[in-house]
Amino acid sequence: MSATLSPEREHLSLRTIDPYTRRRKQRSRFVRGLLLAAMVVAVIPLFLILIEVVRRGWPAMGWEFLTQVQPSGRTPGGGYVHGIIGTFYMVGFATLISVPVGILAAIYLVEYGRGPLTGIIRFFTDVMTGVPSVFVGLFIYALLVRQIGFGAFVGGLGLSVMMLPIIVRSSEEMLRLVPEDQRAASAGLGARKWQTIMKVVLPTAAPGLTTGAMLAVARAAGETAVLLLTALGSLQVVNQFQGQPIASITLLVYRGARQPFAEGQQRAWAGALFLMVMVLLLTLSARYISSRSRR
Amino acid sequence: MSLGTEQRPFDPTDLRATGSARWADPLFRTISFAAGISVLLVLGLMIGSTTLDALPVFQYQGLVSFFTTSEWNAGSSRNELTGTYGAFAFIYGTLISSLIAIMIALPLSIAVSLYINRIAPKRFRTTLAYTVELLAAVPSVVYGLWGLLSFTPAVLLPVSRFLSGYLGDVPVIGRIFEGPVPNTNYFIAGNVLAIMILPIITAIAREVMAQTPADQIDAAYGMGATDWEVMRKVILRRSFPGIVGASMLGLGRALGETIAVAMLIGGQQRWGISIFFAGQSMAGHIASTFQDAAPETVNALIAVGVGLFVITVIVNMLARVLVWRIGRVAGDAAL
Repeated sequence: MSATLSPEREHLSLRTIDPYTRRRKQRSRFVRGLLLAAMVVAVIPLFLILIEVVRRGWPAMGWEFLTQVQPSGRTPGGGYVHGIIGTFYMVGFATLISVPVGILAAIYLVEYGRGPLTGIIRFFTDVMTGVPSVFVGLFIYALLVRQIGFGAFVGGLGLSVMMLPIIVRSSEEMLRLVPEDQRAASAGLGARKWQTIMKVVLPTAAPGLTTGAMLAVARAAGETAVLLLTALGSLQVVNQFQGQPIASITLLVYRGARQPFAEGQQRAWAGALFLMVMVLLLTLSARYISSRSRR
Repeated sequence: MSLGTEQRPFDPTDLRATGSARWADPLFRTISFAAGISVLLVLGLMIGSTTLDALPVFQYQGLVSFFTTSEWNAGSSRNELTGTYGAFAFIYGTLISSLIAIMIALPLSIAVSLYINRIAPKRFRTTLAYTVELLAAVPSVVYGLWGLLSFTPAVLLPVSRFLSGYLGDVPVIGRIFEGPVPNTNYFIAGNVLAIMILPIITAIAREVMAQTPADQIDAAYGMGATDWEVMRKVILRRSFPGIVGASMLGLGRALGETIAVAMLIGGQQRWGISIFFAGQSMAGHIASTFQDAAPETVNALIAVGVGLFVITVIVNMLARVLVWRIGRVAGDAAL
């Protein structure tokens, strides 16, 4: 028995679209437009931030900004050299701690880890990435600052606590990408496990490890809340390792933004510009390194 | 057959390491184990040392009273507790600003993920995804500065005034939109928070959506489904748990965000029903009053921090469990 069409529909050619289908297609087109609009809305803030930071930060940016200390009150000019030094000081120290520890922890998870402990470490590393930065600051304050005072050392420690989970997570992912064959080949040549790890696994994963470390450094350079509770801030260049409050760019921007003086706010914009350039350079070059090594 | 008669190539015991080489492997293993354990150690120490300092405050004020009353009178004593510490106003501020952020960021992130994954031309997809991800790289103090001095006066304040003017007189919901609109308030903090958590929700939602089996999508198209029907009935339906996880991860981020919120939420140590109330959040309160706090008040601030930590960790753990199935999400925004 052949299929029979209902009499009303028999005369419809394949070209005509019935109203219901047309409505569905219209709705789909409408939603596509809506999604495009959402996409545009989502990228606007990034460009607004970039444009505003450059437009308002550029006039105060310059040699003076990079080499001089912030003057008091509403005096124009001056700069954030104390903050720049403080940021490099503390981020450098934090990197020295968190990169080796983080990569070693990732090595443990990938090369040695077996059993439930690995899962526990991995889970709590993930949890640690979500710990509010102000809480990390309170932790370092309660543990150390009360005893030994504010300073670059405790500030750097706080930053390293923020960096550690980022480095562990990204390094673990990168070490897993190293082919198992390479480890087997190395073992077949008689290398010990630590030799395999140091001379085969780590060099192979090096670009990826660098990427993770750079992202963590970028995150630490933009960190404010931890430093508010550990470094406190200062108006002069400080090079003492511990015991004296020290400034950072982020702290100066935070305080500058709340000043009622246009001069102070302008310096804050210039500080934001410096931060953005630093963070974007780190993030984009990390991205570049990882995309080049993947090819 | 001369089994056992041929000469062995060498004595296996020759392979055994002698001297320091014998200890190299176990040593390396121990060091990396110590590094792995250090993560747990730091977390444990974090919980231990802060809870120890917060305990007297909880005992003095009463746990329930600490979290449900909103009278905060900082004391000035060095070694005893004299103030009144009720943190409810800050808890309310944290929750309401994060809620506003999620209500804005979640639909936007889903739309952006769908656009990037399904509609955008293939060669633009990575670029678009990366542009959104770059939002996560902007330091929070820059968000605060930009929000305070540029975005709020130019965009958010006019929008707030408009909303308050039109909806403030409506009978029931009017109280939520009641004016006057101060320059910094819950709504403004929530909006900037929404921008800050957009990249993380988008990154995870995209990953979850990408795991929809291609067969099912093709089958839906084969039955004549339109783009929107495929998205709604196949992709969104399948990725629902993952999207819930993604938004909880975003929520966790919003709850713990400190500097931008401290700069934008208002600063009064009270709370109000209106979303245009200039209140304070837990993290914001810690950041803005820490410097002038007496020793006893610092302990009270640590107690607020412990409360914040507990809330964010619970939200984060729930999120991780929900997203666990899709594996760990790569990308800078998720870190």
